[in-house]
Amino acid sequence: MWLDPRNPQLNKNGELNHLLSIEGLPADVLRQILDAAESFVGVTQREVKKVPLLRGKSVFNIFFENSTRTRTTFEIAAKRLSADVINLAIAQSSTSKGESMLDTVANLAAMQADMFVVRHAASGAPYLIAKHVGQDIHVINAGDGRHQHPTQGLLDMYTIRHYKKDFTNLRVAIIGDILHSRVARSQIHALTTLGCPEIRVIGPRTLIPADIRSLGVQVYHDLKEGLKDVDVVSTLRLQNERMKGALLASGQEFYKYYGITDDKLALAKPDAIVLHPGPMNRGVEIDSSVADGGQSVILPQVNFGIAIRMAVMSIVAGSWRG
Amino acid sequence: MNRAALQQLPQAEQLLARLLDQMKPVVGPDTGIIGIHTGGVWIAQRLHAALNIQVPLGTVDVSFYRDDFEAKGLHRDIKTSDIPFDVEDRRLILVDDVLYTGRTIRAAMNVLFDYGRPASIKLAALVDRGGRELPVAADFLGGTISLAVSQSVALTRGHDNDGEHLSFVLHEN
Repeated sequence: MWLDPRNPQLNKNGELNHLLSIEGLPADVLRQILDAAESFVGVTQREVKKVPLLRGKSVFNIFFENSTRTRTTFEIAAKRLSADVINLAIAQSSTSKGESMLDTVANLAAMQADMFVVRHAASGAPYLIAKHVGQDIHVINAGDGRHQHPTQGLLDMYTIRHYKKDFTNLRVAIIGDILHSRVARSQIHALTTLGCPEIRVIGPRTLIPADIRSLGVQVYHDLKEGLKDVDVVSTLRLQNERMKGALLASGQEFYKYYGITDDKLALAKPDAIVLHPGPMNRGVEIDSSVADGGQSVILPQVNFGIAIRMAVMSIVAGSWRG
Repeated sequence: MNRAALQQLPQAEQLLARLLDQMKPVVGPDTGIIGIHTGGVWIAQRLHAALNIQVPLGTVDVSFYRDDFEAKGLHRDIKTSDIPFDVEDRRLILVDDVLYTGRTIRAAMNVLFDYGRPASIKLAALVDRGGRELPVAADFLGGTISLAVSQSVALTRGHDNDGEHLSFVLHEN
């Protein structure tokens, strides 16, 4: 399939055809997704939590890397749109027998798939798949390596907009393991596009990429300084499974300097909200009293995440295939 | 918009008054009034106030239930369906501005059934332009209008000294 190298996610009409990355999506497309999600939140609160938009469509969750939570939210979203969902944990399947990723995908496409939700440890894998599938198949990135996790970034934007209404006067802090975090990258691109004037990244030198300033963010290594007067505190999971080499002395050491506690949160604005993409390491990046406290919006994030995934799936499925 | 076309458009406020007269004798305080976005909601708001109904007003958006999703995709401007009362065993009146193919009404009824099983649903439309493609008919009707297939009519809401004012505009497609 032909993909515009400048923006492989949009079709010739500028409509969202695949969701691969937040980078490169114009503000009106981001707002379209957030607005649609708002209507889907209403659906999830009804007696019948289902609408018939994707009736008869087959959505394949292809997870080359395990993630029960993300897979489950995509599965719930697809089912609430009335699609048929097929879950494939490829990590334990064909590729371990030596089949290439593209062969696996070609086989699934031959089973009349309409949509692939892809999680892969390699950055760019969903893009490669989008390039090779037929024009009637849509691809959604559910996390690729250190690159992007666009639906997580979008649900964070939804959460922020829900509580703060507007991005143009916000100060947002993203804290922790920026180096390995595709969530941080997606958040930064989304916040910038939606007009957020001040984005801070806070973390130890070893976990902040050297070139991060080129994205227009301010870098802090002192948590207390970085949290001062922020409206949004976005904590990241310390990704033990991605740590190679001695980037960090220990979880306790990290908690001492970068863990969000009530004392440190008090430095932010009194009405600041606290986000976390889950799963949480309590006592490492966040203290339980913050995670369960009045400023935490971590559980609403989960519900918004389903609505965001419903919005993305129905927008790409309905995009013009020319 | 041409001058001849302008003359043939009915006065929306007159049709609304007729609709109200038809509904008054049959609507009770427990009746649920539900407007279909966007024009239908404007009419439903007026009817709801004038009929002195105790149940709060409901609204539906049919974007998630449209049968042309395959061809047209998801609408850009989706409103939220909000039914702030229990539809189970309640008598409902669905309100729309222009009744045409009947497909919107079909979609709206599907929305309602996802909230519960109403005792009955009646349809109130401000104007019927014919051209039905489904077995749908209005129970309360303000008036009729005949238009060419290439034409469509939409409701607009303005405000003048007497308050809110509804009127029709003609579009040549």
